[in-house]
Amino acid sequence: MITRFLWQGMGRNLRLGVLFVLAIGIILPLLNQLMPASSALYVPAWVLQLIGKYLSFASLALAVDLVWGFCGILTLGHAAFFALGGYCMGMYLMRQIGSRGQYGNPLLPDFMVFLNYKELPWFWHGFDQFWFAAIMIVAVPSLLALALGWFAFRSRVTGVYLSIITQAMTFALMLAFFRNDMGLGGNNGMTDFKDILGFSVQADSTRAALCFASALVLAIFLVIAGAVVGSRFGKALTAVRDAESRMRFLGYRVEGYKLFVFVLSAAMAGVAGALYVPQVGIINPSEFSPGNSIEAVLWVAVGGRGTLIGPVIGAVAVNFGKTWLTGALPEVWLFALGALFIAVTLFLPRGIVGLWAQIRNRDTARKAKVPA
Amino acid sequence: MFFLRLLERFAIGWNRSRFHPIANARTGDAGSRGTSRPADSSRTGCALAGVSSALAAVLIAATAWAADLQTLVTNLTTGGFGDRETAIGALAASGDARAAPILEALGAGQLYVRKSDNAVVIGRPDGNQLALTDAITGKSAGAGNEAELDRVRVNNRLRGVIEAAVGSLTLMSPDPRVRRDAADSLFKRPDPAALTALDAAVAAEKDARIKAAFTEARAAVVLVSDATKQQKLEALEIVRERGNRDALSVLQAAINSASDPEIKAAATAAAASVRQTLAAWEAAQNVWYGISLGSVLLLAAIGLAITFGTMGVINMAHGEMVMLGAYTTFVVQDIIRTSAPHLFDASLVIALPLAFVVAGLVGIAIERGIIRFLYGRPLDTLLATWGLSLVLQQAVRSIFGPSNREVGAPSFMSGAFQVGQITVTYGRLWIVVFSLVVFAALILVLRKTPLGLYMRAVTQNRPMASTMGIRTPRVDALTFGLGSGIAGLAGVALSQIDNVSPNLGQGYIIDSFMVVVFGGVGNLFGTLVGATALGIVNKFLEPYAGAVLGKILVLVFIILFIQRRPRGLFALKGRSVE
Repeated sequence: MITRFLWQGMGRNLRLGVLFVLAIGIILPLLNQLMPASSALYVPAWVLQLIGKYLSFASLALAVDLVWGFCGILTLGHAAFFALGGYCMGMYLMRQIGSRGQYGNPLLPDFMVFLNYKELPWFWHGFDQFWFAAIMIVAVPSLLALALGWFAFRSRVTGVYLSIITQAMTFALMLAFFRNDMGLGGNNGMTDFKDILGFSVQADSTRAALCFASALVLAIFLVIAGAVVGSRFGKALTAVRDAESRMRFLGYRVEGYKLFVFVLSAAMAGVAGALYVPQVGIINPSEFSPGNSIEAVLWVAVGGRGTLIGPVIGAVAVNFGKTWLTGALPEVWLFALGALFIAVTLFLPRGIVGLWAQIRNRDTARKAKVPA
Repeated sequence: MFFLRLLERFAIGWNRSRFHPIANARTGDAGSRGTSRPADSSRTGCALAGVSSALAAVLIAATAWAADLQTLVTNLTTGGFGDRETAIGALAASGDARAAPILEALGAGQLYVRKSDNAVVIGRPDGNQLALTDAITGKSAGAGNEAELDRVRVNNRLRGVIEAAVGSLTLMSPDPRVRRDAADSLFKRPDPAALTALDAAVAAEKDARIKAAFTEARAAVVLVSDATKQQKLEALEIVRERGNRDALSVLQAAINSASDPEIKAAATAAAASVRQTLAAWEAAQNVWYGISLGSVLLLAAIGLAITFGTMGVINMAHGEMVMLGAYTTFVVQDIIRTSAPHLFDASLVIALPLAFVVAGLVGIAIERGIIRFLYGRPLDTLLATWGLSLVLQQAVRSIFGPSNREVGAPSFMSGAFQVGQITVTYGRLWIVVFSLVVFAALILVLRKTPLGLYMRAVTQNRPMASTMGIRTPRVDALTFGLGSGIAGLAGVALSQIDNVSPNLGQGYIIDSFMVVVFGGVGNLFGTLVGATALGIVNKFLEPYAGAVLGKILVLVFIILFIQRRPRGLFALKGRSVE
């Protein structure tokens, strides 16, 4: 019944989007697993890995859109939540290596042996269990978002100031994670993962499963976001975005709305990061760099801010372009990315999804002019 | 003796022509003048006579020493190591200025005896030969190779003896810097044998500062000698007043070796007092480093304070304007190096206006091309300028290459001087001065020029300013150009202390925003206070937390601070806030 409620709460476009994402996530892995390598329909594992990566980026973009598109909070630190989720996953994966590391220490990961750690730091305990890591993947980003949001929204830090605070947060975290004393791998981060849930991360079947998981998570996030945005709560959220002071005067607790959506979004980003790490096989502090967060905002802007399917399209499109351009013309990539930033803000304020509406509006306007 | 007379006459003649032109006419027996002069002659004449006889005495002594030096130096080269030690002592005791280079050469293994004429020479490597100088006269003695020479050998024990001997010898050197170094080295390694030499040096010294250094060195020597208790207590007092790290180690040694409890207690008290002085200086040093860092932050942030603070434009490409300024400096220096090397010291002065113009024009182009379409949408401006910063970085990378570019320091910016116990480098000092000059100039522009008036008018009330006939779009462009141009100026200064690479600007952008937000948006004095405060706080945290953690703490502090005062340290009040 709840699913039915959720399903009907979504718009037509969103329903199609969810189905499409699920179809990709089911068909491509199946083609990889069932078709022989010689077949024309065979999908190689690296494609699955790439698509899985795009889908986890799409989840991050959706999380950014939820706060920026629907609540007007331009966060420049969402990559921090993404990376924190990734680090939690990385810690789990490190513990799974066991004694197969270079130094063969059954308890300590390689970098700790290298840095002369005698015992496991306290915050590493529990990460050998997947359920614990899974809780942490959601809890760590959420708690950080809760703390930051509680302070910031309560003292009415808004607009640009909030953007700068979130950027300072991710910058500070990057500096912190670069330190070897953090016990989280320093600037090399964590890599050389072996197993996830008992399956080798290198195996094609695991890749296929991870790609499916990314698609499934994205679909679930789309449904959740659709439900939040479509509800009465979502209406109030949009109102906060458009006229915060008026909402306050009307008696709404604006901080509560913002805080809820900020924490939800951070948790989503954390899960996205956790899916990203086993697919790329490494997590290091550069994931925290402020540029990454801003790039995630660009995906949303390209796809269409304030729509749910837009960020997904934007994330996949921009990252596909990045993969293609950095391979074909690496010099041009930054020019293209920079130009995209400028072009989108100047000419496509509503993104690709909004482009259709823009054209249609122009058409109707022209049609309306002709008779007159 | 005839030679001596001649010299003397020359000296007197010189004295006369300098001080007493009338006396120039007189000739006669210069040696007897001091006594035969009538009593009614002028005072000047008397003094002159005194000088002349003193000079004569010195000159006579010099010849005697020259003769002695010959034998002393020859003694160095003969006999075993034991004889050599005696000879070193004798040479040092002669107090001759020429003895020091000879002993230094001996210590460095560069003293030779030429086989052909048994002359003692100093040989310094020159290509694959040795350039020779006569040890006694100091004149060049041609070149030679090792086969024609016998090296005067020394062992480690002798090297120690030589070092101490050179230390006490250089106390009498005519070069004040050498005397000063000698005093310092004696202070660090007090040698009881040098006590008499030091006493003589203290008595002879004219320069007050060096005299003080000698007195301190003497005190350190007294502490290790077997002087009386009273003398040692006095010495402790002198060492305590020196109050630096060397003094502390001398006192520490005194505490460890003292047998008398009273001296021990006095030394302990003195050491505690020195530690206090040291801590005070260290704090002063941190303040200076903090001011230095603050000036860098101020330079980077001050342009942003205009574009962000007064126009409300989030210019993420601000750091790239700084980078453009730094690359302008590089280009200017490159051209100067190839076409006019004599202008190198002026390169920064030439680069300043150019950097201002280059960055300012780029800024105006950005405002006209992008930002003016985005007024009222600050978050979109942020994204567009970020994109722009990527483009500018990649453009510079494509043109100049990804690696760091070498920007040299002109001579007035290299070197350092000492203030108390703080070392101040000229480069940093100039940057502090420069940042303050830029700040003052900016304040003047805003307060005293028509452009500044228009800027403030447009910032405070755009529609009203427009109604009054101010062309607001033009003022916007010029304001943005001014902010960018100042970023370019900052780039010239930062090229001196940072790597000039395409990523130069990125390192400053977050810090700059922090400074502006911390100081209070729209308030230039807030930016000044914010930059200095953050710089000093950062430097005080560094010793305890390390550089990275210190920076993290500052960031966290600012995040928390913005929660308390969302509008910064000095918030603007009134209508322009919302």
